[in-house]
Amino acid sequence: MASLVGSRVERKEDKRLLTGKGRYTADINIANQTYAVFVRSPHARAKIKKIDISKALKASGVVEILTGEEIAADKIGGLIAGWAIRSEDGSEMKVPANPPLAKDSANFVGEPIAVVFAESLDEAKAAVDLVKVDYKVLKGVINTAEAMKGETIHDGIDKNLCYDWLLGDRKAVEDAFAKADKIIKVDLINNRCVPNAMEPRACVVDYNTASEEITLYTTSQNPHLSRLIMSAFGGVAPENKLRVVAPDVGGGFGSKINVYNEEIVCSWASKKIERPIKWVAERTESFLTDTHGRDHVTHAELAVTNDGKFLAFKNETIANLGAYARVFGTVTPTYLFGPCATGVYIIPAAYTNVKAVYTNTAPVDAYRGAGRPEATYTIERLVEKAALELGIDRTEIRMRNFPTEFPFKQTLVHTVDSGDYVAGLKKAKEMSDYAGFEVRRKKSEANGKLRGIGVSSYFEACGIAPSAVVMSLGCGVGLWESSEVRFNPTGQVSVYTGAHSHGQGHDTTFAQIAADELGVGLDVVDVVHGDTDKGTFGMGTYGSRSLAVGGIAIVNACRKIVAKGKRVAAKMLEVNEDEIDFKDGEFVVVKSNKKKTISEVAFACYLPGSRDSDFKSPLPEGEEPGLIETSFFDPSNFSFPAGSHIAEVEIDPETGEIKVEKYTAVDDFGKIVNPLVVEGQVHGGIAQGIGQALHENTKYDETGQLITASYMDYTIPRADNFPEFNLGFTCTHATSNPLGVKGCGEAGAIASPPTIMNAVIDALGGQEITMPATAEKVWKACKTMKKSNTKAA
Amino acid sequence: MKTFNYHSPKDVKTASKLSSTSSIFLAGGMTSIPSMKLGLATYKDVIDIKNIKKLSGIKVSGNSVTIGATTKHAEVASSKEIQKKIPSLSKLAGGIGDAQVRNRGTVGGSIANNDPSACYPSACMALNAIIHTNNRKIEAKNFFKDMFETVLKKGELIEAVEFKIPEKSNYQKHPNPASRYAIVGIYLAKHKKEVNVAVTGAKSVVYIDKDLSKALSSSFFSSAIEGMELDSSEMNSDIHASADYRASLVVTYAKKAVEAC
Ligand SMILES: Cc1cc2nc3c(=O)[nH]c(=O)nc-3n(C[C@H](O)[C@H](O)[C@H](O)COP(=O)(O)OP(=O)(O)OC[C@H]3O[C@@H](n4cnc5c(N)ncnc54)[C@H](O)[C@@H]3O)c2cc1C
Repeated sequence: MASLVGSRVERKEDKRLLTGKGRYTADINIANQTYAVFVRSPHARAKIKKIDISKALKASGVVEILTGEEIAADKIGGLIAGWAIRSEDGSEMKVPANPPLAKDSANFVGEPIAVVFAESLDEAKAAVDLVKVDYKVLKGVINTAEAMKGETIHDGIDKNLCYDWLLGDRKAVEDAFAKADKIIKVDLINNRCVPNAMEPRACVVDYNTASEEITLYTTSQNPHLSRLIMSAFGGVAPENKLRVVAPDVGGGFGSKINVYNEEIVCSWASKKIERPIKWVAERTESFLTDTHGRDHVTHAELAVTNDGKFLAFKNETIANLGAYARVFGTVTPTYLFGPCATGVYIIPAAYTNVKAVYTNTAPVDAYRGAGRPEATYTIERLVEKAALELGIDRTEIRMRNFPTEFPFKQTLVHTVDSGDYVAGLKKAKEMSDYAGFEVRRKKSEANGKLRGIGVSSYFEACGIAPSAVVMSLGCGVGLWESSEVRFNPTGQVSVYTGAHSHGQGHDTTFAQIAADELGVGLDVVDVVHGDTDKGTFGMGTYGSRSLAVGGIAIVNACRKIVAKGKRVAAKMLEVNEDEIDFKDGEFVVVKSNKKKTISEVAFACYLPGSRDSDFKSPLPEGEEPGLIETSFFDPSNFSFPAGSHIAEVEIDPETGEIKVEKYTAVDDFGKIVNPLVVEGQVHGGIAQGIGQALHENTKYDETGQLITASYMDYTIPRADNFPEFNLGFTCTHATSNPLGVKGCGEAGAIASPPTIMNAVIDALGGQEITMPATAEKVWKACKTMKKSNTKAA
Repeated sequence: MKTFNYHSPKDVKTASKLSSTSSIFLAGGMTSIPSMKLGLATYKDVIDIKNIKKLSGIKVSGNSVTIGATTKHAEVASSKEIQKKIPSLSKLAGGIGDAQVRNRGTVGGSIANNDPSACYPSACMALNAIIHTNNRKIEAKNFFKDMFETVLKKGELIEAVEFKIPEKSNYQKHPNPASRYAIVGIYLAKHKKEVNVAVTGAKSVVYIDKDLSKALSSSFFSSAIEGMELDSSEMNSDIHASADYRASLVVTYAKKAVEAC
């Protein structure tokens, strides 16, 4: 039987999703449901003096209006930060309370203050306009770099500082800097991005008055985790009375990790008003209240020798957390960032210092890549600048500092188990015709255009494990994953996973894995996920962990099934277990070639007897009937995908418009389960990263109003902004899991911003420019360049 | 959205009669429906004019192309006759928004709405268009008053727009990266006796740039306007483009338009 793992199987879920048959949260309606609309703060920072709901309560169709008073009285807990981070001085991070409905003060535009439930959406909306909130407007703290100098947002949190964190050795770095031939410096802004999942957030809550069970349908990347948080911290209901279902989810990119205010409020209120509740965000609500990504201000330096050896690295970053610390908000700029700061290079001394600040803006949390894009952008800008200043080819300087032996113990944290960075960069150079660039540059020049080339080599740490390590670093939960595999009596297989697919294609790739392990056809395997009532507890999908952690739990559960099957087959075939081989779905007696298929064995496991068998069971003594196995997999290490990307851009100096002419990506994701799905992930990631580099400009004005809160002003890149992506792969197997796989979901978004920005800056003759490199900024840079060229001439 | 009465008259007279101070004509709905959905505007009566047959269609005569008010952008883009007589007008229509917008949005709606960054008003200005309404004919240069404001009176309905066929013409747009409306749009038309450079997106309302038009009237080459610096004091400035940038784009795209003619 040909192996399914490794083949370009078309996505099973696409037929359903592309023909409009997906079932998203907003598609769910429950008889007698009410519609929720939230009263949101129009101010970035204000004291809430009084809320008058009297007029709104009398409006047509209104069922109930609830505020922060009621939710506090019912002792419903708030939103949480999932990782505890310690400052350099040993003190614990400072986290403000984040109630689901703000009671005393509002801290960002869009923060929920109250909620109206009505018989129709229109009536709920109309009543929201009648709720009168008396605010005392205060001066907001908006700017990341200035946040520590602003007024104190949260009582007791001095300088708006959550923590001042250090990873690395300052002294070693300073010593190395003293010996350097040259010090390369950059000042960078990693621009804030709005994740913009295609499906806005939504929830539908159904409270069963008889069983007292709450069912929450919601747009979540991790329904089990959401239930745990809502139960343990929210106190909404005990876990056994709370079912969380995340049906089809239309993209997350990190923004659907958190349990949000609306989910907690609607779950709590459904029980209170004894009616089902439906809430669906409008697009502008999503812009205002989904967790955002990035938002770093960084100063970084790289100490080098004249022949291009890296000696030491330092990074001083201010990271904006927004108004509150959320689930991965505090870890994204620390342990997901600092350990990756030195990139794919041998750098003997390094440190990263991060000051995380609160501001009166939407909370910032994980966004595709989470911390690793920020780290990669910093080191890859430094390396490119070092190449320019030292006059060494940009690929050569990288090669000189790549490790060539693996496992590679980095200076800071990670021991990278496998990789071949040299092979990746070589392949990328060939595929992109790096050598022919100067000819293309001249050709562009002849047309009055500026052409630039940019390279970035990256690695990332994904999978985020093992649990004991992440918990010792402050994580509130263990980051293993689980699976339950049920081999049904009549031969089909249901694979339950704690991971969650919201675009990743698990229905297909996980089925490929299980089908190969069990030797059955792809058509009889179904992947089930997204429901706390179905299958074992799981941690969900983020951090490119689904395959490298969740996929392995499936492998292990399948292997337990085969192991049991072998014991049963041995009994049925009347031989010893060690005389049997399992291959292509058959248990074969090596000597006699007598065999039983896995389906026959499964059937026997459920129906262990027959009319003429003289009471003889096919099951060995002590073996339980049934064929269901469970596995919880906790890997021994992160997985470390890596690669090199090369881009070419062409600039029209008269308009400042940038055209991405060529984009080549060579990635090492270890063993690839489905190239088609992986290419899709890489395409999406690159597109998202180019979006950050050139287009996406989240802009708050000085009063904290988000002025890019719709697609009329926030630029999402479109297909015509991209060239055909040229993809290649190299392969070194991960050693931390039996499949040898590494994560692939975030790599594109990690590698592409520096690749593109390096190319843009190259086209501009080394002139620095901030992301997003919009046409006007580039036009201005071109003017400056022209002026200095004229002067030089 | 607040509730309203929906009307679908079959002729212009009925449509006009139905209109009041709290009514709106509904053409493609690409602007009007979002503004109603967002609660920016509310109406008692919505008068759908799409079923008035007379308002739709394309007619070509000796020296002009007349386009019915409810003719869709997609129809103008794909019309063989317009592609032959005024190719730049088809190009303009084909570059508006996206396929969905082009399949619903109309010429009349675009002009009546007079968005400062809409494309069609510049074509009207450069092509010396005459706007035919149910009770008069208005020259384009007298039609567009200020942003989102025209000389149309309450109940006055655009029936058709008559564009003069130029010797040469071209439309160039620097799109807003997010919405793809014009940050700057240049409609250049060379008529027998004059050259018109109409500019949209740059100021609060579409206008003919006199300096560019004059320079190109005497010499129809991009070198005639090379290096020209425009006064940016009245130009729009927003997160997508400052006034200075817009001023520079006007000249750049005017040059591109000449070169494309
Ligand atoms: C995403 C998006 C992108 C767009 N991009 C562009 C672009 O790049 N360039 C561009 O030029 N435009 C653009 N538009 C605008 C679009 O082209 C429409 O032309 C415009 O929205 C109005 O046309 P409509 O037919 O939809 O009018 P409606 O929305 O139906 O009406 C608009 C206004 O015009 C009035 N009106 C309509 N018809 C008449 C009539 N015959 N007589 C009198 N009054 C009338 C209505 O009462 C209303 O006040 C875009 C729109 C969207 C939604």
